[in-house]
Amino acid sequence: MIRHFSTIAAVVIAVLATSLATSCSRKTESAPPLKPTAFGAAIIESSGGKQFAQIGALLQQPVVVQVNDEQGAAVVGALVEFAAPTGVTFDPTSGLTDSSGQVTTNVSLGGMAGRYQLVASTIDKSHKKVELKIEEIALGYQQTLGRRLNDQYCERCHNPESTVERVSNYDNLEIKPHPFTEGDTLNKLNDADLTAIVTHGGPALNKSALMPAWGNTLSKSDIEALISYIRAVSDPPSRQAGPVYTEN
Amino acid sequence: MRQIFASLWQRLFGDSGRAFGVVSVIFLASLAIAPAKNFFSEWRHYQHGYLKTIRNRSEANSLQRHFKPGIQQIWLPELAVVDRCTSCHVGLKEQSITDVSTQPFRTHPAIPHKLDQFGCTICHRGQGAATTVSEAHDSTLAWEQPILPAKYIESSCGECHRGPLPGTPVLNQGRTLLSRYGCVNCHMVKLPDGSTLKASDNPPSLSHISDKTTREWIYAWLKDPQAYSVSATMPNFKLSDDDARDISAFLIANSTAVPGDSDSLSAKPAADPSAGPSLYGESFCASCHAVQNAAGNVVGGDVGPELTRIGSKVKPEWLQSWLRDPRVYDPGTAMPHYRFNDPQVATLSGFLLSKTDSDLLANVHLDATTPDQIAHGKRLVSDYGCASCHEIAGIKKPENFAPELSRIGSKSITQLIFLPGMQHTLPDYLAGKIKQPRAFSPNLRMPQYAFTTAQIDALTTALLALNERSTTLPASLAVAGAPESDYQPAGKAGKLMADLACFSCHRINGHGSDMAPDLTWEGSSVQREWLVQFFKNPGTLRPALIRRMPRFNLSDSEVNELTDYMMTVYQNPSVDRDSMPLSGYSQGEVELGKQLFYGKYSCQGCHILDTKTDKGYIGPTLTHVGSRLTAAWIFKWMKNPQALRAGTAEPNRAMTDEDARALTAFLISQKGRANSEVAKK
Repeated sequence: MIRHFSTIAAVVIAVLATSLATSCSRKTESAPPLKPTAFGAAIIESSGGKQFAQIGALLQQPVVVQVNDEQGAAVVGALVEFAAPTGVTFDPTSGLTDSSGQVTTNVSLGGMAGRYQLVASTIDKSHKKVELKIEEIALGYQQTLGRRLNDQYCERCHNPESTVERVSNYDNLEIKPHPFTEGDTLNKLNDADLTAIVTHGGPALNKSALMPAWGNTLSKSDIEALISYIRAVSDPPSRQAGPVYTEN
Repeated sequence: MRQIFASLWQRLFGDSGRAFGVVSVIFLASLAIAPAKNFFSEWRHYQHGYLKTIRNRSEANSLQRHFKPGIQQIWLPELAVVDRCTSCHVGLKEQSITDVSTQPFRTHPAIPHKLDQFGCTICHRGQGAATTVSEAHDSTLAWEQPILPAKYIESSCGECHRGPLPGTPVLNQGRTLLSRYGCVNCHMVKLPDGSTLKASDNPPSLSHISDKTTREWIYAWLKDPQAYSVSATMPNFKLSDDDARDISAFLIANSTAVPGDSDSLSAKPAADPSAGPSLYGESFCASCHAVQNAAGNVVGGDVGPELTRIGSKVKPEWLQSWLRDPRVYDPGTAMPHYRFNDPQVATLSGFLLSKTDSDLLANVHLDATTPDQIAHGKRLVSDYGCASCHEIAGIKKPENFAPELSRIGSKSITQLIFLPGMQHTLPDYLAGKIKQPRAFSPNLRMPQYAFTTAQIDALTTALLALNERSTTLPASLAVAGAPESDYQPAGKAGKLMADLACFSCHRINGHGSDMAPDLTWEGSSVQREWLVQFFKNPGTLRPALIRRMPRFNLSDSEVNELTDYMMTVYQNPSVDRDSMPLSGYSQGEVELGKQLFYGKYSCQGCHILDTKTDKGYIGPTLTHVGSRLTAAWIFKWMKNPQALRAGTAEPNRAMTDEDARALTAFLISQKGRANSEVAKK
């Protein structure tokens, strides 16, 4: 009798434990996979590449990619999936191309400064993966500080683009300054040269006096921060731009 | 079975020698467990990995020399920090391995603090004393602080730094949002220095609301504030139709009239249809007010409310009275008293009233109110804490309406209720709560805000900085922000400046806004006659700016009052106005100054001195500078502009006295005559 009773008790405990375990385990509900209704031949970037944002932050503009067929016409209903190194998040991570053949996603960058390589991929008719690589730039503390100094002191001459709030002075200058993204030129200057130009003005390297000396306005660490910002945003990338994070 | 056991026993412990040997072996094996555990530990594995990574690098020798094997520890008793993170994160201080992207070997990016002085967990959170990855990074039952995600890292700066920092834009934005969106109207936030965070959203008083607008508009606004204005700071309380009906009934019934704010106007608007828009433009209304354009972008300032659909909101008589003198309806408004004449008021109000949206009130049909509705509306106004933000006659501002947030950054997660599927961390909870408060319970009173993701991250960052450590920090470690100034000018001029709302754009003695130049030293800077003319007819000083000084239509006596006050009071002690003359410099000095201006210092890159040749757009135009500025100010400015106006973009060129004097001589000779000659030609 006692043995019988203990068997029942054991069964009850086992059932309870199993149900507890199943109810406590985290459910990983994933959305049903999207079914493509069409297949493209190529995937291209529409907008949103080469942006810079602070580490961990949402990029200001979404990333938009487009799927085209062999003739270069937009494909509607093709599946696009986004992948990236750890830390990067997409919203959404995949999608079907809309009526203009595009998929839009909002991207937050990872927690370390450097370049993040995002991969957008679609499947073509023969079920082969077609990939597009997009690079985005995450700014660390020093570069963020440099970006602020750039906004305050440099950008109005060095950025040819005007915005509603800030009219560019670039076109007014006889000798054109180099935009900080102009890697072809700026990567050839080493840190000492850049520091000299910022500190003592253009004439320090036999360049135009329209570039004033900032050495008495900016501190040494300010100038270091500014240079780290210039290195981070240059295109093509500088050797000092830090590592490129790719999906493993 | 029993036999096998017996023979095994016999074999192992049969005689004393055997037994001793076997026990010794067991004993030795169990002794080896601890060293083995140590030997196979995670940190040792990572240290091996690090050595392997650096082995083939050119600077392997120096890296090897810096490497210290074994558990490393940063111990800071004053901060209660015991951080062993550097046991695995071995390369943190190595500047030569910046290209290594694999963790845990990355170099720490440059920051203003030394790792040895602050450790790791002060900024990154996590469990510093742990020596395994999961214990250090994740939260456990005994340790609730997981690693702080990078997007919130600036919150840690805010534990010690109480003011805004140039390197923490997210934290600064979050702190501003707490005030700007009136969070602190309901949630008290006591700052570590004992002060209370003040709101800066300036919600309007509702005591006289029926003068201003209709019950239908209030209803539509309550149902969805962002439908009226996408940039509205007012949140959505998700009210039912009946609740919105009753609150609007109560507010109208409760409203009392303000004498003189609904006077009808006899003047007619100007016949020219472009007169309205051009008066709007000339008065620089867009410096403070935004309008949504056809593309959906909100263009303009955010000091005053958006005006896209203003014609569907305000009563014409009220708007006209408001434009005539806004201080009749709201004595504390940030809007200046423009002193428009009646035809101008008619023209401007006509233009504004044409900005309507027929969809806004199309479906709002309200029957006459009943006393029950008004009573219910009054109860709802109390329940939702409307009076926390708005002044409402007969309803007291509730105290401690919502939970205090002074230490929210240390809230234990066992006290929080998470939504299903949500990560169980404090930052995720805070961000989720700000994003969708009613998702946590439909009965919550906290309304739905229209924050962007970036704003939510910024708010979360600011809230995480309000924690136990920030309040208990040793005073020696806290870095105070700039104290808030409540400077108010005195006397008649002070009253005039309040009426003109100078501080809505300008800063003086630390008080006011950054939109327009700081006027703290204006009396040392400009010549009296110029200031008089500028008040009467503000000309363009900076051609690239879209926000400029409007014309207030001041009377001569008002102009004199203001000018006298500013010339006398806003004096910089280091600038003696009379120390340098406004004329009489030698031709040689003027010529040298010109050479310096166009050559050595190339000022034409940013300034226009000769409109024929110069194009610089950044600094003010200098064609008339000799009639505008004092010579002593120019000289001092040349020597060190930041000493006179902190943060100005004019670089400090560390000029010699000779150069500065020559440039002063040249600039003071620019009285504007050359310009009028050009005009004649």
